[in-house]
Amino acid sequence: MSDSMRTPLARVRGLGSAQAGVGHWWQQRLTALALLGLGLWFVVLTLDLLRAGYVSAHAALAQPLNALLMIAFTAVMFRHAQLGLQVVIEDYVHTRWLALALQIVIKFLAVLGALACALAVLRIALGS
Amino acid sequence: MAQTDRPLSPHLGIYRWQVQMVSSILHRATGIALAAGTLLVAAGLLTLAAGPAPFAGFVAFCASPLGLMLLLGWTWALSYHLLNGVRHLLQDAGLGYAAAAFVRNSWLTVIGSLLLTILVWAWALPGGGA
Repeated sequence: MSDSMRTPLARVRGLGSAQAGVGHWWQQRLTALALLGLGLWFVVLTLDLLRAGYVSAHAALAQPLNALLMIAFTAVMFRHAQLGLQVVIEDYVHTRWLALALQIVIKFLAVLGALACALAVLRIALGS
Repeated sequence: MAQTDRPLSPHLGIYRWQVQMVSSILHRATGIALAAGTLLVAAGLLTLAAGPAPFAGFVAFCASPLGLMLLLGWTWALSYHLLNGVRHLLQDAGLGYAAAAFVRNSWLTVIGSLLLTILVWAWALPGGGA
């Protein structure tokens, strides 16, 4: 072997995994499972409040259980969206700097979106 | 990309169209559409927190022709992504991998997503259950 001067560790660092393992795959499945329940809850709540008007919608989201589930739903939703878009970019965007820039922008936007939704629900639930 | 003469993975020009491909492509397409739809969810919550006037603007946008068109699209996208997502989760658990089951379940998700969309809009439209 031509690179026999290199240690096994150096070799495996160059050729081995990124140490991420199945983390992404597993998180995508777990968030999917959570969204199965939370997503259906969200659709039913939305249909329920469709013509409710501002006051009723505000009161409904101010209820502790709804507030909790809405924060959970939006947080998991943004994470699942980011995980999915990450794979799409990895598969189809072949310009290195553009792919990296998109990954960073989408991650930042997902975190901002989740925080904004949580803050909005807290303002509704805690009243300020 | 050291070797360029190795075989490429079979692509659209090589495979005949079949339901397995359609279901896979649709899963990604609806996923991308739904990722954009997260912004509408955020807009709804932010305007609801901001007060009656901003929320009225949000409702007016949703009730506009463009808003209704987007909502109809997102309803189907969510229905499809949800049902096909269940199919994927079941397959991850090792179920439904035989070709016949794969084809049947792919069709089930496509048809089921259309039925679910109709159900939601029958509920949502004036005179429905809502």
